[in-house]
Amino acid sequence: MDQVTQHNNQQAQRQAAMAVLAHAEAGEIAARLRDFVLPAHQDLRAPENGLVMLRGRVGGDGAPFNLGEATVSRAAVRLASGEVGFGYTLGRDGEKARLIALCDALVQSRDFGAVVERDVIAPLREQLMIRRKQAAAETAATKVDFYTMVRGEG
Amino acid sequence: MYVAVKGGERAIENAHRLLADKRRGDQSVPEITLDQISEQLGLAVDRVMSEGSLYDRELAALAIKQARGDLIEAIFLVRAFRATLPRFGASEPVDTGAMRVQRRVSSTFKDIPGGQILGPTFDYTHRLLDPALAQGFVPEAPAMADASTAPTPRVTDILGRDGLIESSPQAEDGASVGDLTREPLNFPADRDLRLQNLARGDEGFLLAMGYSTQRGYGRNHPFAGEIRFGEVEVEFLAEDVGFAVPLGSIELTECQMVNQFKGSATEAPCFTRGYGLAFGQSERKTMSMALVDRALRARELGEEALAPAQDEEFVMSHSDNVQATGFVEHLKLPHYVDFQSELGLLRKLRKEFTDAQAPDAMKEAAE
Repeated sequence: MDQVTQHNNQQAQRQAAMAVLAHAEAGEIAARLRDFVLPAHQDLRAPENGLVMLRGRVGGDGAPFNLGEATVSRAAVRLASGEVGFGYTLGRDGEKARLIALCDALVQSRDFGAVVERDVIAPLREQLMIRRKQAAAETAATKVDFYTMVRGEG
Repeated sequence: MYVAVKGGERAIENAHRLLADKRRGDQSVPEITLDQISEQLGLAVDRVMSEGSLYDRELAALAIKQARGDLIEAIFLVRAFRATLPRFGASEPVDTGAMRVQRRVSSTFKDIPGGQILGPTFDYTHRLLDPALAQGFVPEAPAMADASTAPTPRVTDILGRDGLIESSPQAEDGASVGDLTREPLNFPADRDLRLQNLARGDEGFLLAMGYSTQRGYGRNHPFAGEIRFGEVEVEFLAEDVGFAVPLGSIELTECQMVNQFKGSATEAPCFTRGYGLAFGQSERKTMSMALVDRALRARELGEEALAPAQDEEFVMSHSDNVQATGFVEHLKLPHYVDFQSELGLLRKLRKEFTDAQAPDAMKEAAE
């Protein structure tokens, strides 16, 4: 595998992990990390709250426009082994941003990448999928089934 | 002359203390929690997020509680809060085509791919007050059905394939996205600024403006091509990370209004469009927004622009309820000095008037 492919693979893996973590509660992530013997790490950037301007597109698929802002919390963590992880999440939960940053750093680490995926990301992904499946099933029950009425007495 | 009027401090302090007491109401009644507001008054929260222009359910719920349910006051509080935080940047534009749809209806085609999905709606309810809700109502669990994996393309995309509807305007290379929270409003305003203005505009104002187009003040023959509500993912290109970071998801409502034709000697006639997008489940808002967006395109489409809803300066300058309420409500603040000068002027005018009417009678009265 060449370096570029490796880099892209790792980026895709980090994005996929972040996509799951952003949907979890801080408490859920913390609970999954509790059984870990975590490597030494430090805050590279303490949790910080701010805003991101959310954009839509004209007509859904045209030029972008500014729809309105959202609160976002972010943090960065560095492992003693050098990996730097970033955490970004909607909302104002700085602890959640820090936990995401820690997980992002672990995902990149040779020693912890696989086990974090197995014990943290995968179970949280499964929970997320269950919630989504439930919501999709409830929505599906409200789908209209049109049928044609037969008029008259045949 | 500036005259300082002191003596209001204690009255103000006590008025706010009384307000806090009235806000709490009868203390034998349990206090309402932010979760209760967010979960049980969800559409009020959606409106405060949309018009407060800040997606944060918990803050919107807090604002509603603090404002005693006065939603415009709550919107004001949310707007003031957003000024206290730094902005990290702008998100990647959300993809409403990839929405996890919770509701999706079209009034133009019965059989749309993905189907008509009613979701949680007031439509088809009888609008009769339900005494069962007065206390301790436990709803039935929602019905479940197998969810189809079929995609739910936008109705406008389907029409677009046959060229029956105009395509969305694309951004020019390197064009920046207008932001009315950063630059003062200038006219004529581009569509991006107009949509931003409408997205945070007052629902009641937009409803009235949209309604006026239906009643003939700028008529443009709308059909609700599609209304969809659901969850979309948000991504943010964070410079420190170096790639688009998933931030989580938000709920949005989108309305695609399909309107009557445009065409020319060189262009085949096709439907035109109006667009509405707002935070949360905000159907009335997005439908009104789409009607007004289309009306505001009058000049671009070579239509006569005579109606209020087609006048962008009129619409955009009056749509913001925080600005509007600020200017209307400032009338109740002390204007004693202003009023004194008006009073002085009026007395002078009245004296001149009576002097001219009956100079002799005035002279006698003065003596």
